[in-house]
Amino acid sequence: MSTLAYTVSDSRTLLRRNLRRLRRYPSMTLILIGMPIVFLLLFVYVFGGQLSHGLSSSLTGGHAGRGGYLNYVTPGILLMTIAATVQGTAIVVAMDMTSGIIDRLRTMAIARAAVLTGHVLASLIQTLASIAVVLAVAIALGFRPTADPLDWLAAIALLAIFAFALIWLATALGLAAKSVETASNTPMFLTLLPFLGSGFVPTGTLPVGLRQFATYQPFTPVTETLRGLLTGTPIGSHAILAVAWSVAIAAASYLWATRLYTRRQPR
Amino acid sequence: MNGGQEPAILVSGLCKSYGQTLVLDDIDLAVAGGTVFALLGPNGAGKTTIVRILSTLIPADTGEARVAGHDVLGDPDGVRAAIGVTGQFSAVDDLLTGEENMRLMADLHHLGSVEGRARVAELLGRFDLVDAARRPASTYSGGMRRRLDLAMTLVGSPQVIFLDEPTTGLDPRSRRTMWDSIRELVADRVTIFLTTQYLDEADHLADRIAVLDHGRIVAEGTPDELKRRVPGGHVRLQFGSQQALEAAARLLGASSRDDDRLVIQVPGDGGVPSLRRLLDQLDDADVEVDQLSIHTPDLDDVFFAVTGHPTAEQAGL
Repeated sequence: MSTLAYTVSDSRTLLRRNLRRLRRYPSMTLILIGMPIVFLLLFVYVFGGQLSHGLSSSLTGGHAGRGGYLNYVTPGILLMTIAATVQGTAIVVAMDMTSGIIDRLRTMAIARAAVLTGHVLASLIQTLASIAVVLAVAIALGFRPTADPLDWLAAIALLAIFAFALIWLATALGLAAKSVETASNTPMFLTLLPFLGSGFVPTGTLPVGLRQFATYQPFTPVTETLRGLLTGTPIGSHAILAVAWSVAIAAASYLWATRLYTRRQPR
Repeated sequence: MNGGQEPAILVSGLCKSYGQTLVLDDIDLAVAGGTVFALLGPNGAGKTTIVRILSTLIPADTGEARVAGHDVLGDPDGVRAAIGVTGQFSAVDDLLTGEENMRLMADLHHLGSVEGRARVAELLGRFDLVDAARRPASTYSGGMRRRLDLAMTLVGSPQVIFLDEPTTGLDPRSRRTMWDSIRELVADRVTIFLTTQYLDEADHLADRIAVLDHGRIVAEGTPDELKRRVPGGHVRLQFGSQQALEAAARLLGASSRDDDRLVIQVPGDGGVPSLRRLLDQLDDADVEVDQLSIHTPDLDDVFFAVTGHPTAEQAGL
């Protein structure tokens, strides 16, 4: 077998191991999915009636009241799902790095990249499954996307590439953490970013400093692109920015993570 | 691969420091293929650091190390393909079952489905883990975890096996089982590099022993050579009366006596034949012994003999 074939085979083996671990430890996944669902219910049923008054009908898909706000907020909630799930990535990576198993893997002739790739792919599957669950809840509550099949494909691709980027970032954070406790906290700022962008309210309503931050942070173009694909709002240059941010975060985080993994002195 | 002249492990001038602390100071070692080598020393002597360097986990500062004919720095993957490591800290996946842990190793060694299955079944049987194979490793006892750990190390049929304190923290029975497993490996012509704090463990298992103290090798030799450097073991006899003590001392020509406590010490290794002879002698002379205890040389004795100072634990540091 060639080096590439070994890398693929070892990554698949470790992917299988990580998925099995996720199944054996379901409470973590459930807690991580629970958070965006709670926010969805909170924002639609508690704040939604009031917040919907400030939204133009183009942003609510023509629906009034809570239903309209549900249409507006769902893309932001889906991105929050990604941000919440990657906390799990950082935790499982840190768990691995602080246990004896990593020393065993490092003393075996397995493909260098396979350990991290196995984690990233498992997290990607976990994240996409979580998004499907949250999306199903939103649709059950009355979310009515207008996307055609092509839009859906693009939306799924966008969610996947953005999730891929944040997963590499969380992997690096998990590697950088000295303990599992730290690793469970450092990616938490990601779940705040949908609030500090266009996830819950249009950025135009924010005070000046915050508005500038919101305009230039990565979650905003991703939210706008996703919203456009799912509910038909204008996308404009957001699509390019969303992809560019995703690629940049993924590339930088990948380099950081592999560097940390190679450099890391065991215990 | 090392069927020729080159030793399975060859180390020269190895040094390693962490910050200001010198952990390894100019280590030279040669381990012949198919033998068991024990590195003996107290906690903090640098045993684990040597294992970590030789198993490619950390680089040395200076010096050279070759394992199974490959340089640990220049060709780490060559080393990794030839070795198996069972560390001091359990390297099993708690969320997986014993069998899944083993299958993981088989897949990572690219054994293929049929061969992998056969190898896993064989090792589970050999390490008495068949009944527990489908339970998560988190439910295993300490001894079972070590056995699974060692079994996982063997899946890839390594030529050189590193065992870092394989029995520390185990109960005596599990220790015995572990020793039996290690002895079985020797029969397969595998080279074993063992670290331990226990002289009896090194004595039972090793062909050669090196004593490590504060990062330096202070003695090396066969178990017998090392024990010869230790003031021998002795038998301690306690008597009920001064008369009995006097009689025994005359009879045995005891090397040391303590009249206050009515105790004498007789040189001896505590083996059954010599004990029987000793008791027969006392019986024939009608001398009654209250208590008898045997003192065999242990790590502390060897340590004291070769370093001139007691182990850190003994000194209460």
